[in-house]
Amino acid sequence: MTPILTATLIIAAVGALAALALAVADKYLAVKEDPRIGLVTAALPGANCGGCGFAGCGAYARALVDGTAAPGACTAADAACAAEIGRILGVAAEATEKRVALVLCCGTRSEAVRIGDYNGLCDCSAAHATAGGDKGCRFGCLGYGACANVCPRNAIRIEDGLAAVDKRLCIGCGKCVAACPRKLIRLVPAKATVHVLCNNPLRGPEVNKVCGVGCMGCHLCEKNAGGKEAGHFAFEGFLARVNYDNPPTDAQLVAKCPRHCIREDAHYETGK
Amino acid sequence: MGSMRYLIIIVGAVLVNNFVLNRFLGCCPFLGVSKKTETALGMSGAVMFVMTVASAVTWLLDRFLLAPFGLGYVHTLAFILVIASLVQFIDIAMKRFMPPLHAALGIFLPLITTNCAVLGVAELNCKNGTPFFESVLFSFAAALGFGFALVLFSGIREKLAHANPPRCFRGVALALVTAGLLSLAFMGFSGLVKLPY
Repeated sequence: MTPILTATLIIAAVGALAALALAVADKYLAVKEDPRIGLVTAALPGANCGGCGFAGCGAYARALVDGTAAPGACTAADAACAAEIGRILGVAAEATEKRVALVLCCGTRSEAVRIGDYNGLCDCSAAHATAGGDKGCRFGCLGYGACANVCPRNAIRIEDGLAAVDKRLCIGCGKCVAACPRKLIRLVPAKATVHVLCNNPLRGPEVNKVCGVGCMGCHLCEKNAGGKEAGHFAFEGFLARVNYDNPPTDAQLVAKCPRHCIREDAHYETGK
Repeated sequence: MGSMRYLIIIVGAVLVNNFVLNRFLGCCPFLGVSKKTETALGMSGAVMFVMTVASAVTWLLDRFLLAPFGLGYVHTLAFILVIASLVQFIDIAMKRFMPPLHAALGIFLPLITTNCAVLGVAELNCKNGTPFFESVLFSFAAALGFGFALVLFSGIREKLAHANPPRCFRGVALALVTAGLLSLAFMGFSGLVKLPY
């Protein structure tokens, strides 16, 4: 027999034997997994963002089928996706409210006062640690993109010294919320349209010194939105905050804010 | 004499001729899964397991199937074939019989099907012509050395994650420089023992 034939035959035999062993093993040693795990994994968005608190979509699907996790924990899933998972598992899916990140600052380069030149690392935490950064307002967005760097969907970009979130790309995983050294990013319901874009709770004159568009806590928005009883706003020091359990919808509030820090739909649209 | 020889084999494979840092085998997982010590430990466990089993099987394959037919020149092909299917088989069997171990090794097991360290150890055994037990011991020690280097490296990388290097050094660049320095440090072990091969 020629050597080449021997080699081919031996390798082919080894390969066939291995294939046979694998086929047999696959058939007789197969572990019966709950078929719903595969179905749920397929129904999930597959972003593996960890927003649900599990290691990834696969781990979350496993927990869902085990019944140890609620279908509503996925922040990236829309209502149709949650309904599909509910159908597979045979449980009533709670309506997941899509939440997106919102940057609570509108002090752009032209509006907010800079008190110095910062030449250090292009990182918010570093700037924040260096004598509080170059922005006069100690509560505002520094614009060095710590949030944009951690965003798994590239939904955040820095525009005119401010972080801006693309509402359509944001999956609400909350990584930017944790990354911001000034804690001015919040997860808010995507359907809320009117926002107070300020994070400075100090009194009016102090805010006025550092920012042209900072909230002074004049309570005008609350008055225009039906007074205190309507409960659309809550106040933190001299800072109005939208109550996102009961967000205002009146677009007139935007024009009526004397400080122009109430904005309608603050999220930028890609490609604009 | 026997046990001394085994000790020398172990020290030689772990420190003097470390697979990653002196032979430069298995660099892919060395850089890939060394960001966290926890994953590094998982990977080391999987490599240790696969290398020991694979070396035993490839030794038998070489001695009883390839050598009698004079087919030494196709052993690379045959080894890849056998190691890849063996790992798949172990994966299936482990999932069935040892679910906790399977969960612990998880994704690392299929990842190392064609790791060059696994193939390298089979090739070295074949080249050195060592007896069966010594081959398996050498493979286990080589995997131990691989795990040792991986855990060391991941520890350094975990610390480095908090460092603030110039932008051009960030990420992979710094990892490669660190790997090079670690390799240099391991050169200090050369001459520690007189290697049998």
